[in-house]
Amino acid sequence: MSTLTGILVVLGALFALAGSVGLLTLRSFYERVHPPTMGATLGTGLVLAACVVHFSDLQQRLVLHHMLIGVFMFVSTPVTYMILVRAALHRDAAEGHDHLARHGASAAPQASASKEGGD
Amino acid sequence: MNASFLDTACLAAQVILGVAFVCASIRLVLGPRAQDRVLSLDTLYVNGMLLVLTHGLRTANPYVFESALVIAVLGFVSTTALAKFLLRGEVIE
Repeated sequence: MSTLTGILVVLGALFALAGSVGLLTLRSFYERVHPPTMGATLGTGLVLAACVVHFSDLQQRLVLHHMLIGVFMFVSTPVTYMILVRAALHRDAAEGHDHLARHGASAAPQASASKEGGD
Repeated sequence: MNASFLDTACLAAQVILGVAFVCASIRLVLGPRAQDRVLSLDTLYVNGMLLVLTHGLRTANPYVFESALVIAVLGFVSTTALAKFLLRGEVIE
């Protein structure tokens, strides 16, 4: 059982490392947003699974309260990053030098128009 | 033998998370714009929470769970507040 715990905790740490290395090495901000989410969901999930297995083994009963952190992270990470990327888009559009912001602004009316046409 | 394997695995995970901490800190210093720094601060919170959880796993201390939960909540609140500040110029309007 402790072998499973060790494998899970090392795998979770490796996912967190992959997220941080991607944060360090990718080029633009919109590429850099993606890797830390992997560490925040999969890395946290694996380390929490290791905690559940280990403490269930120690206390000889099912210990599940560590999953509370997992549920919280799974809910809060997309919310946080959506607000952050919206702020980044707003800042880039305010400075007017980013193609991604202009593309998002020009794509929105088309999407709403096709939706209305479909209705 | 099994307990020493778990101890070695937790030590390896702590070293790996330390390297991840260093990567996110370099991005925090380098980050060309403010949103890069906010993103790396959020990654630092996640890595610190995982480090605390790994420490609790290594010492078999079940009460480390609460501190990890507090770190997760503080990371969410601080990153959301900073992103709102970048978006609107003030946190609570």
